[in-house]
Amino acid sequence: MSNAVEVRALGKRFGAVVALDALTFDVAEGELFGLVGPDGAGKSTLFRILTSLMLPDSGSASVLGFDVVRDLWKIRSRVGYMPGTFSLYPDLTVSENLEFFAAVFGTTVEAGYDLIAPVYRQIEPFRDRRADALSGGMKQKLALSCALVHRPEILLLDEPTTGVDAVSRREFWDQLAVLKASGLTIVVSTPYMDEALRCDRVALIHGGRILDINAPAAIGSRFTRPLFAVFGGDRYGLLKTLRAFPHAESVYLFGEALHYADRRESSPAAPDIAHELKAWLASNGHADARVEPIAAGIEDTFMALVGSAA
Amino acid sequence: MIAESLAITTRGLTRRFGTFVAVDGITLDVRAGEVFGFLGANGAGKTTAIKMLIGLLAPSEGDARVAGFDVITERAQIRRNIGYMSQRFSLYNDLTVHENIQLYGGIYGLSDAVIRDRTGVLLVSLGLSKSADTLVGQLPLGWKQKLAFSVAMLHEPKIVFLDEPTGGVDPITRRQFWELIYAAAAQGTTVFVTTHYMDEAEYCDRISIMVDGRIAALGTPAELKAEHGVATVDDVFVRLARGAKASA
Repeated sequence: MSNAVEVRALGKRFGAVVALDALTFDVAEGELFGLVGPDGAGKSTLFRILTSLMLPDSGSASVLGFDVVRDLWKIRSRVGYMPGTFSLYPDLTVSENLEFFAAVFGTTVEAGYDLIAPVYRQIEPFRDRRADALSGGMKQKLALSCALVHRPEILLLDEPTTGVDAVSRREFWDQLAVLKASGLTIVVSTPYMDEALRCDRVALIHGGRILDINAPAAIGSRFTRPLFAVFGGDRYGLLKTLRAFPHAESVYLFGEALHYADRRESSPAAPDIAHELKAWLASNGHADARVEPIAAGIEDTFMALVGSAA
Repeated sequence: MIAESLAITTRGLTRRFGTFVAVDGITLDVRAGEVFGFLGANGAGKTTAIKMLIGLLAPSEGDARVAGFDVITERAQIRRNIGYMSQRFSLYNDLTVHENIQLYGGIYGLSDAVIRDRTGVLLVSLGLSKSADTLVGQLPLGWKQKLAFSVAMLHEPKIVFLDEPTGGVDPITRRQFWELIYAAAAQGTTVFVTTHYMDEAEYCDRISIMVDGRIAALGTPAELKAEHGVATVDDVFVRLARGAKASA
């Protein structure tokens, strides 16, 4: 068996809302697999089904070869799960929380210590602090330690970095890389597109459907329109002027630039479009604007796929 | 007039909790009409600072003026002149879109006629006209946040405080949200915003980065990148905040 997770036509509804719309995908053993999508995409529902906490309406799924409906007890003892909302005991201390989770799984903190050490050592100085008095980044490290203490064979992490600052986010992904190197399979969801680059493969998920599954570097190949980064001083003015260009497909704010996609797929060539754009901007009061052809990234692709699916 | 051109001024603004100094003598000016990004790691003191600026928490030391009013002695005037939205608290999920707008309009002391006019404009501009009778709890997060922003702007405040308004929101809606911010700034509203998305830091006129209760960096995104010799605000942020963590 080489797949840690197998999902086949998995469906789930809540009343009229389709949370999961016939999802099919596999996660290989030892893979760091990312589910990338915004709130409401269906990520948490998928995690609840994979951890056997919720029944699917249709389709099937297995984790470590065990069916999520029939073999739930086998799954629960082998999975480390970090839910999307903080689920530790706020009035227990750091070490009490960890001891509690170890005890529930019939083990001890000492027995799992080598596995949790890279994460837990950073919060160990605060072992006697109540969990509700921890900062966001520290809570997240404690939650990961608690999910790891029983030595699971697979980690399922639901938005572990949401609301966490940029430094803690980087540290967290560094720790996932260490855990992956130890052979652990990791499925992790995130609304941050930049974090997708840290995964072996990612599924872009939106409205309960998978828009694309691929290695992060290959996702951009789904983007077929000529794409340009536009730089200039008056960003809001630039945005409106670019939207008014007759061939504009989409114009989005993008860090220090704006990303402009042209509706014409094959011709004219990119340098010619860039030239036209510069002339258009100059004649509309943006003589200082700079236009550069660029390759599409994951976020460009996500927005284009969502836009065309809507 | 200083009061005309500066929306927010703080001088040595400090807040202690017991022996812990959450905000440590911050001095800062935000110009009227500016989009100001107030960045910092979790626990750096951002929320405490914002609570002092909107009159919810008294400073231990120092002073601050918001929209020309003193945060200690003129809190009622400040509340009439600011809008506030946070990721955690904004609208009532079990009221409809229309009811939420009416409720907040009433709280802000607007007349029924004014509320009616602005409700119509707001619903059309957000594309929510058909959803006026929908419970807010049933709206997608991104719509909720755009609605919450518009409700925070209902009484046409001079300054709006936005505390992580786009957390978890999809990439397209995040950008639509920032276009609402730009549109408000173009009308002269001052926007004071926090975010963990470093690409959004680039959308601000100026940003500050708070580390351990102090302002560790202040300037335009381009100035800060040049000062630290790095390509992105993310890199500036990580440099400053990582130093703090090493000593924590």
